Amino acid sequence: MWRVGLLAGLALAAAPAHAFIAYVSNEKSNTVSVIDTDSWTVTKTIKVGQRPRGIDFTRDGKFVMVAVGDDDTIQVIDAKTQAVVDSLPSGPDPELFAQDAAGKILYVANENDNTVTVIDLEKRTRLGDIQVGVEPEGMTISPDGKTLINTSETTNMAHFIDTSSRQIVANVLVDARPRFAEFKHDSSELWVSSEIGGTVSVIDPKKHEVIGKVTFEIPGLRKEAIQPVGIGMTKDDKTAFVALGPANRIAVVDVATRKVTKYLLVGQRVWHMAFTPDEKYLLTTNGVSNDVSVIDVAAQKVIKTIQVGELPWGITIAP
Amino acid sequence: MIRWLVGLIGWSLAATSALAADPVTIGVGYLGVAGTRSTLSLVEQPAENDGVAGARLAIEDNNTTGKFTGQRFTLEERRIKEGEDAVQAATDLAARNGFIITDLPADALLKVADALRERGTLLFNAGAIDERLREADCRANVIHTAPTRAMLADALGQYLVWKKWSRWLLVVGSHDEDKLFADALRRTATRFGAKIVQERTFEDKGGARRTDSGVTQIQRQMPVFTQQAPAYDVLVAADESEVFGAYLPYRTWDPRPVAGSAGLVPRSWDASQDQWGAIQMQNRFIKLNSRRMTPLDMQAWTAVRMIGEATSRTKSGDVGKVTDFIKGPDFSVAAFKGTRLTLRDWNLQLRQPILLVDGRMVVSVSPQEGFLHQVSELDTLGYDRPESKCKLK
Repeated sequence: MWRVGLLAGLALAAAPAHAFIAYVSNEKSNTVSVIDTDSWTVTKTIKVGQRPRGIDFTRDGKFVMVAVGDDDTIQVIDAKTQAVVDSLPSGPDPELFAQDAAGKILYVANENDNTVTVIDLEKRTRLGDIQVGVEPEGMTISPDGKTLINTSETTNMAHFIDTSSRQIVANVLVDARPRFAEFKHDSSELWVSSEIGGTVSVIDPKKHEVIGKVTFEIPGLRKEAIQPVGIGMTKDDKTAFVALGPANRIAVVDVATRKVTKYLLVGQRVWHMAFTPDEKYLLTTNGVSNDVSVIDVAAQKVIKTIQVGELPWGITIAP
Repeated sequence: MIRWLVGLIGWSLAATSALAADPVTIGVGYLGVAGTRSTLSLVEQPAENDGVAGARLAIEDNNTTGKFTGQRFTLEERRIKEGEDAVQAATDLAARNGFIITDLPADALLKVADALRERGTLLFNAGAIDERLREADCRANVIHTAPTRAMLADALGQYLVWKKWSRWLLVVGSHDEDKLFADALRRTATRFGAKIVQERTFEDKGGARRTDSGVTQIQRQMPVFTQQAPAYDVLVAADESEVFGAYLPYRTWDPRPVAGSAGLVPRSWDASQDQWGAIQMQNRFIKLNSRRMTPLDMQAWTAVRMIGEATSRTKSGDVGKVTDFIKGPDFSVAAFKGTRLTLRDWNLQLRQPILLVDGRMVVSVSPQEGFLHQVSELDTLGYDRPESKCKLK
């Protein structure tokens, strides 16, 4: 693993300007914007189904999956032709999803019926459902692939699901309206953002206990405007970035101390984010200002803003 | 192999404790009045289960969470008929339920609150918007999820002032609650710098709200009633009694918008509200009740969710513990309004954004931008701590 990482690093260093392709779901326009990270421009706008939100590349980089909630399905975009080629049998109103390391199984949170749907990605068939709390949303899989995490917005819990038995093994109560879950790459901590609670809970995934909380305070801004949603963590597990919604900022958090070191002003109502694979840049979707902010990760500075479709929500970058 | 076995045992133990055999049962009562009032608009006619339908959905939501916490919620509904004693019904409900959601007139609610005080039952006022229940007549065992008239009036007034429609023609109905709403609107105008250019009273002369002769007369009456008014920007109607308000839009002598009890209306909730994840909740509600969700449904939903929130945080079904937590500084509840809702500790009123709706869409949500407050912008709606006459007991 380490060797692969090193090799990849060398290869990147050798290539002078490495362009990546980012896909952004625009919740209101019913489109996906394709961004070229070399020119930082939108190169294509793809028409998709209604209310696209969760978006992710397949592990092989060949397809982009986008949850189109109001059409009750997940559409599959061919990354080569940049056109919708297929759809997956999710449950009603899919919002966010997670895939296993091999890219074979997809787990989908269906907000409307309190279930997580399990899909075989190769056969593109539905394998089953797991009953969870009210309004399932955040989805992630532990780095070892053994545990699936689902957060439910009205139940206010992170559900720990054994991926082999597909049974819930633990439920951890977090602050109100949990939206997003992210593991540290070394599996030692699970971070869960609570939009209405205004915090990020740090959970010990072995003991299933909240062991700490990241809190936010921005002078001149009322507490209610701070609504954490998306979380991004650097591969060295040293720095986390947390999108604060209507606070229009990304918090830079020192993972070890769980303290905010800096707030970066981005567009309005920032939802989600994705790193470029070389981790030089972090792209955030800003729902209300209809744009994507580009953050220079090392410098911790916003360097660019790119106009996309209406109400951008999710983002994924080609591996 | 051994490790696998140990793992299995560990897992089954965890599973057993997580899904305890005997869940704690938490009883919630719902006390309302039988029968429904008549509205001018047929589409606004409340359903027989108005309110309790929201409580029912929240019970389902709480029970989904309860599966993981070992808590089970039950709902027992009681409707009192004309002349029936509210206290007797409430006492009967309290025998089996530690929490009671009420949709009662102010006087009946106060009698019930005082009768159940010693017992420790926690009441949630989901229906009455009367100011006095949070002011001079406030009670330590009554939490209010319904907004107050002043909160509703302020929410509307902030928007009208933001819109620069600051000259109001106030038309008031002849019933007591109409006059109370007019009082609230006058207070709002003074607070936010609007001017009431003239007041008119619309007398209720009785009669049916629906007739076969239809709207012919109304079309003639309303322009005449509103003519010769001083220059104004918006007609503000105070007609909680549903006598004339809904007849005003498009029929005023001068072409002016209508707000208040008709036109642009301030409400705690609306069937068209779909922001902040509300669409899931609206869908769940329609699926369960085969109709759309009203403000009263939402106020009852919020009350039952507050109970569920507190029982899951305290891991307890004990009424005393839950009550302390709800009244404590760490309590908040999410209710699809884009912000956490908390209690005003001085009178137990739930702080909440108010929607301004036109019957089809949410036009705006108050508090409006620029109305600042040192504690919470939600406290720019209604009576604030320094003005409060409430002494909780």
